[in-house]
Amino acid sequence: MNISILVTCLCDAIYPHVAESMVRILHRYGIPLDFPEMQTCCGQPAFNSGYWEEARVAAMTTIASFEDSDFVIAPSGSCVGMIRHHYPTLFKEDQEMLRKVNALMEKTYEFTQFLVHVLGITDLGATFPYNVTYHPSCHGNRLLGVKDEPYQLLSHVKGCKLIPLPFATDCCGFGGTFSVKLSDLSGAMVQEKVEHVMETEAEVLVGLDMACLMNIGGRLSHEGKNIRVMHLAELLYEGVKRANE
Amino acid sequence: MSEQRDMDDLKERVRVALNNDFLRNAVKFTTEKLRKGKQAATDELGNWEEWRERGKQIRLQTIAHLDYYLSLFVDNLRAAGGKVHFASTAEEAVQISLKIMKAKQAKSVVKSKSMVSEEVQINQALEEAGIEVVETDLGEYIIQLANETPSHIIIPAIHRNRNQVAELFSEVAGEKLPADTTVLAGFARSKLREKFLQADIGITGCNFAIAESGSMVLFSNEGNARMVSTLPKTQITMMGMERIIPSWEDLEVMATLLPRAATGQKLTVYMSAIHGPKRNDEVDGPEELHVIIIDNGRSHQLGDPDFQEVLHCIRCGACLNACPVYRHIGGHAYGWVYSGPIGAVLTPVLNPDKGEWREVANASSLCGACYEACPVKIPLHDMLVYIRRRNVEEKRTDVIEKLGMSAFGKIASNHKRFRLAVKAGQLGQKFIARKGKITAKVGPLKNWTTYRVAPTFAQRSFRESWRQLDQELKQEMSLPQNQEIRQRMQEIIAKRGEKSE
Ligand code: SF4
Repeated sequence: MNISILVTCLCDAIYPHVAESMVRILHRYGIPLDFPEMQTCCGQPAFNSGYWEEARVAAMTTIASFEDSDFVIAPSGSCVGMIRHHYPTLFKEDQEMLRKVNALMEKTYEFTQFLVHVLGITDLGATFPYNVTYHPSCHGNRLLGVKDEPYQLLSHVKGCKLIPLPFATDCCGFGGTFSVKLSDLSGAMVQEKVEHVMETEAEVLVGLDMACLMNIGGRLSHEGKNIRVMHLAELLYEGVKRANE
Repeated sequence: MSEQRDMDDLKERVRVALNNDFLRNAVKFTTEKLRKGKQAATDELGNWEEWRERGKQIRLQTIAHLDYYLSLFVDNLRAAGGKVHFASTAEEAVQISLKIMKAKQAKSVVKSKSMVSEEVQINQALEEAGIEVVETDLGEYIIQLANETPSHIIIPAIHRNRNQVAELFSEVAGEKLPADTTVLAGFARSKLREKFLQADIGITGCNFAIAESGSMVLFSNEGNARMVSTLPKTQITMMGMERIIPSWEDLEVMATLLPRAATGQKLTVYMSAIHGPKRNDEVDGPEELHVIIIDNGRSHQLGDPDFQEVLHCIRCGACLNACPVYRHIGGHAYGWVYSGPIGAVLTPVLNPDKGEWREVANASSLCGACYEACPVKIPLHDMLVYIRRRNVEEKRTDVIEKLGMSAFGKIASNHKRFRLAVKAGQLGQKFIARKGKITAKVGPLKNWTTYRVAPTFAQRSFRESWRQLDQELKQEMSLPQNQEIRQRMQEIIAKRGEKSE
């Protein structure tokens, strides 16, 4: 069985420890992983900006990278959402590609979906004694329907107190190129998100998408706020290590 | 570079809105109230998702066969004594109205709330022709006095508070009125009553036009639509050609969806059904009823797989209330009369010739809250991307962005180039990174770092460290793969085969 990592360009270049945490967690369940080197980026930045030719090239690379995989796992609901929701649109006039797209769609999972629905695991035996708040990223939540999975996983972490984030499902304002094209607007949106995070008085902000966390975390540190920002994979892996110490 | 100028215009409108704290607080306050109301009303109803699907199916059916339902409506309306006019453009709609005004020697007009009448800018045309026109919906009356366009589809004066309203009304009254909502509403009521009695013509919009009977249904909360459609001797109803639904049974679904999605009301306060002009045995209603069916860019969407669904819209405003962009900038920054996510789609789609409005599709983070909120499930977030794609295809984009995206395509198509690009980033950032952070406001980074700290490339990317990690894990004793898990995975793979067979 080939179980592959779709690392996502952001985790590859900027946040490799997130992907590593994901790999190490899955390793604990004896899941052997491979990393198809051919992969680059799912194409979302180009797609969302309207550059579909460029997006198609990226998508074709992604599709080819995982042709031999039985399962594909990514630490990002947004990239999986791109595959599941937008790849069919990109290739809607190409039957041959559509067949390949369908094959990729049905085997690709966001990290928490894979844990909860494929492996059937919600309790990793982790300990993480902090006050935590969770931001559900829009694409994972709305495009992909990742809703309860992270809550299920967090609820089993010992010592972890989950504080509800006000207006949790409101967008953080990232939106890819939106954040630089209409930067003042995006800045206003992330500022409001940060205010809500601060209201919770949590010590840790956790999420499932590094793009959004880069945005919120970037604003938090711009404002000199001392809140740790983590991907859920990192939190869980740290929690598992802590429990075994 | 006119594209750049169009984008700068949008940025400037956004900047003005962002600097208006009063506007932002007012919009936040009201949209939050409406969102909460909607949530409570849909929870109480139960099965909201099923209702949405029913709504979608009705709109899908109607718009797919719009020619049929429209002609059925027109036949039935004519049989009931209504006069029907078709306007293919805003200008035509205005000319038709002016002709009716002239025939009736009309001097004064009262109006109830209608977005399509804002779209064709009937008020300006009437005023230029020397005809007095008065909006009778309280919110519309306020923005008419302020000489503004609506900043929300259902709450046109969402950006104004009672102090500002008191000022506007005081000017009309010729005396200082207190900023007390009861006094202000009372003033408007008595002022408007005068106008109702004087008016030669009433102009209304139309929420739903029922094909099977040729009737028109108006939803209102103030009862003014009822006065506009009963007191004046002549009535003009303006409707977008897509306002049709097939039957009264369908209205039941729409009357369940619209008020709940819009304001969280179980029912609208007044629902008026108009069936032709006054008949001999009736005591009220207009003697003449004119219906102007307006195209103005709509029929171009029919048959367009990307945009046909925009005609499903029932103008409830729920997508505005859910939108995190609208929340910060209100309605006027969108440029035209429709705002929020539906405005960001309708504006460029209905006005393909107006370059200055093309860029508004960029005013979205594509979060999908609009789609989730929409009672008829219009995929606005996808349409916004389709408009962007069209702008790219028609080469209406920024040069720098274009260069960036073509570089992206080259990098994303080849992992060796991808690796090199990351390497270049790792080296390049040495000049600006401090302790794994970038705060410098230089070059293209500036738009990011003005509001946030930027991260740095990792010293070793995941792909650079994979081999080592893989080897380490292979040597490490991992738990043998759990049999139960293995079986689950195999079952999942097997099921896929069944599905595709
Ligand atoms: S697009 Fe949907 S949510 Fe927005 S106004 Fe139209 S019907 Fe309402």
